[in-house]
Amino acid sequence: MNETIDLIRSKDPTFQQEVEAESGQNISNCYQCGNCTAGCPAALDYDMMPNQVMRGIQLGLRDKVLSSQAIYMCLSCSTCSLRCPNSIDIAGVMETLRHMARRTNKVGVKRVEKFWLSFLDTVRTFGRSYEIGTMALYMLRSLRFWTDVDLAPQALMKQKLGLKPHVIPSKESVEAVGRIFKRYQERAKREGVRP
Amino acid sequence: MKIAYYPGCSAKGSSLDYELSTQAVLKALGIQTVEIADWNCCGSTPAHAVATDLSTALCTRNLALAARQGADLIATSCPSCLSNHKHAHVRMQDPDFRTRVNELLDEPAPEQMPEMTSVMQLIAQQCDSDQIKSRVTKSLTGIKIAPYYGCLMSRPAELMQFGDPENPTLMESLLASCGADDILDFPLKTECCGASAGIPHRPLTARNSGRILQLAVNMGADCIAVCCPLCQMNLDLRQKQAGKAEGTKFNIPVLYFTQLMGIAFGCDADSLGLNKLCVSADRITDKIHALSTAAKEAAQGGKA
Ligand code: SF4
Ligand code: SF4
Repeated sequence: MNETIDLIRSKDPTFQQEVEAESGQNISNCYQCGNCTAGCPAALDYDMMPNQVMRGIQLGLRDKVLSSQAIYMCLSCSTCSLRCPNSIDIAGVMETLRHMARRTNKVGVKRVEKFWLSFLDTVRTFGRSYEIGTMALYMLRSLRFWTDVDLAPQALMKQKLGLKPHVIPSKESVEAVGRIFKRYQERAKREGVRP
Repeated sequence: MKIAYYPGCSAKGSSLDYELSTQAVLKALGIQTVEIADWNCCGSTPAHAVATDLSTALCTRNLALAARQGADLIATSCPSCLSNHKHAHVRMQDPDFRTRVNELLDEPAPEQMPEMTSVMQLIAQQCDSDQIKSRVTKSLTGIKIAPYYGCLMSRPAELMQFGDPENPTLMESLLASCGADDILDFPLKTECCGASAGIPHRPLTARNSGRILQLAVNMGADCIAVCCPLCQMNLDLRQKQAGKAEGTKFNIPVLYFTQLMGIAFGCDADSLGLNKLCVSADRITDKIHALSTAAKEAAQGGKA
């Protein structure tokens, strides 16, 4: 009984329209066959299965869907989209949901976002990504100092991890990439969303 | 046709061996490319996960550089870079979105920008099977290979244009041209290895990679052939972690398809970066050498 009341209370009829507009997908077409979930390589770690996410959108469960861990754990492998009998690009929907969640400061799995931001920091600074830098920043952000230390000896020996950052040779180009990030961040601030 | 080349960041670090072997193979086949000067990172998964316009702006800068360089086509080895640039190319056709991306760039993107393709498709487009065969000095005959593409190269199908999205076969064709006659019909060839979750969420990657390694071992593969830097890292550098997840110890070489082609072309080990592999490929190179020497001797014996 309580469950039913909760569902009705939290129903947000505009949620489905927003997701559809931003992703370009027709969510109403989902008839819950479960194919997307069956083929998902990350579903074992999800709190909401991909088909449940789709149902959640149809039911207007904005908070539940945008606060889910699933949308941050998705690997963007597109297996779900490929196997959906109704040709819904579920991977695209997951990405849209992630963007919507971040814009409203909902971060279901903080360490995943920390990893993304650490990676992007190296790109913003050097113009190219840089493994050791990403790892160091990620460890600082997440305080996970043991992350992959078991791999370090082998990776270093094989020179798999460049100790020096990969910088674009021309300084002007490094700055040009920095400006892309700067404009992006300024715009996010103007629009009042999480950059 | 002028072909630009986009190495991508991993080519300068974790997948230096892919880069070296790609260059060695392109050289052996006489395919000329010019690296895009001052290219930047495409933003990989983090950029598109965070914001589509940021990812597209980063990629568009590269496409614009290649356009100004006069390129007709851009080739890259990395499926993730390829996917991001291809997405950017398509998304820039939407005028409203284009405006938002242009706002992030120093100057608006040119109207016409070259398409990006994979090095694998470039090779197949530039050389037919006979041309490849004519370069082979050490045939891959007798080597049992599990071909593994990962999830990005063939998906989304309309975008990547890489044949059957769950059963691509281009790598097999190229390896067959190099004499490979024992390529497995590998059911997990496009299953995701766990991708970049390796760092923030290791168990997922270890489990997915573990399944792929286990099946290759069960099917009796001598090695796995790959075409993605992230897959290679998850299957090779993280092979021990994957073994733990499966409750076993793996010991199977994971080579880039370009390394296998390079071995067949007789390129030396250093020029293919074979020493960068965590699980040594020595037993593969030894087997190829032994089998091709035996075959040559048999052929000579037959003639005599
Ligand atoms: S794209 Fe995401 S939701 Fe879809 S199958 Fe892959 S990991 Fe699962
Ligand atoms: S595969 Fe498509 S129709 Fe089936 S549950 Fe998933 S989204 Fe719905």
